[in-house]
Amino acid sequence: MAFTLPDLPYPHDALVPYMGKETLELHHGKHHQAYVTNLNNLIAGTDLEGKSLEEICRLSFNDPAKVSIFNNAGQHWNHILFWKVMKRGGGGKPGGELLKRIEHDFGSFEAFTEQFKTAAVTQFGSGWAWLSLDGDRLKVTKTPNGENPLVHGMRPILGIDVWEHAYYLDYRNRRPDYVAAFLNHLVNWEAVEQELHNALA
Amino acid sequence: MRRRAVLAGLASLPVFAWQIRVEAQTGPYSLPPLPYPTNALEPHIDQRTMELHHGRHHQAYVTNLNNALKDHGEAAKLPLQDLLAKLGELPESIRTTVRNNGGGHANHAMFWEVMGPGGGRPSGELAAAIDRDFGGLDKLQEQFNAAGLRVFGSGWVFVTVDATGKLALVTRPNQDTPLMEGGRVLFGNDVWEHAYYLLYQNRRGDYLKAWWNVVNWQKVGERYAAAKAGKLSI
Repeated sequence: MAFTLPDLPYPHDALVPYMGKETLELHHGKHHQAYVTNLNNLIAGTDLEGKSLEEICRLSFNDPAKVSIFNNAGQHWNHILFWKVMKRGGGGKPGGELLKRIEHDFGSFEAFTEQFKTAAVTQFGSGWAWLSLDGDRLKVTKTPNGENPLVHGMRPILGIDVWEHAYYLDYRNRRPDYVAAFLNHLVNWEAVEQELHNALA
Repeated sequence: MRRRAVLAGLASLPVFAWQIRVEAQTGPYSLPPLPYPTNALEPHIDQRTMELHHGRHHQAYVTNLNNALKDHGEAAKLPLQDLLAKLGELPESIRTTVRNNGGGHANHAMFWEVMGPGGGRPSGELAAAIDRDFGGLDKLQEQFNAAGLRVFGSGWVFVTVDATGKLALVTRPNQDTPLMEGGRVLFGNDVWEHAYYLLYQNRRGDYLKAWWNVVNWQKVGERYAAAKAGKLSI
């Protein structure tokens, strides 16, 4: 049972002008596809073949003999979440239990966005910034390259890709503008709330 | 007319300013001018990429480095290669910032210097060292390109040179550099996506192959001679 590239939940031009059509075509069809292809090739015939993606992430993390497996498995997992938590006309503020938890754990929604922006902008080089459920608390963290909070015992419910391939065609070196556009116009808070409920269940 | 002539003269100044050696530089650090116009490496590296890479990315490393050091006068007096070799002695509060931005400054200053529009091939002692340590230029390029493809995420591929002239191939993540272990870099290629994404998108392998067309082998030969004389800095 090889891993497969999930379809995007929207057309390639759905996130224009905040994320360009060419960016999404390359990011999904080339970068994410390459992670899936590499992962399948790397685990074929090994003891990891047939295991779930999350198990592969956890089992290969920090294993010097499985660095490439981890990189590609992590990136496959990370991108699956990334496509889900964006939509056309997204951004703004969440509601319901998610907002209540954000306000409780960060003090306010604005305090959360400040932490999230700082994490995304200060991740040096390739990586991700996250909102995760850590036990019963929401937490903002950042990780390099293909790493994710799963391998640190947390459950990510929102992630932003800050590899340059995620924003260079649209924003060039201006990562802060990309992060602001993601929060203001792209985040699918209903999907993030669904991820929260999955994480709590 | 006269004013225009003066302005034209000023505009051409940066072309020659590279002759001021970056090696003696201590803080506050400054962005070295490109030794060629931003379109000189076309079609292998496009003008837009060069403008952003030099004027935005490299400038940001220099600015951030100076900001981190502004209250640390003693460290800021060090030549860059010494600063990077002594990261462990810096206060923890600025260590990571200096590592990332000082490394970024050194790597890019080297990068601009070892490129040029000329092409050519290694000659003399440098060619002999490449033959001895890699089995020839073709083999070096093959190993270098493969190493560049293996860097996961942001980073660099370097050929290092020691005081005896021995060459070795290494990679480093992000803006780390062999200078941080007291080593010396003969030349290197930037495989951060910002170095190639506008022109090559996800095709890093194509960028790595094309890059050899803009290596300035004469400059690399000068760096090789300087390394053997103990005079190569960054």
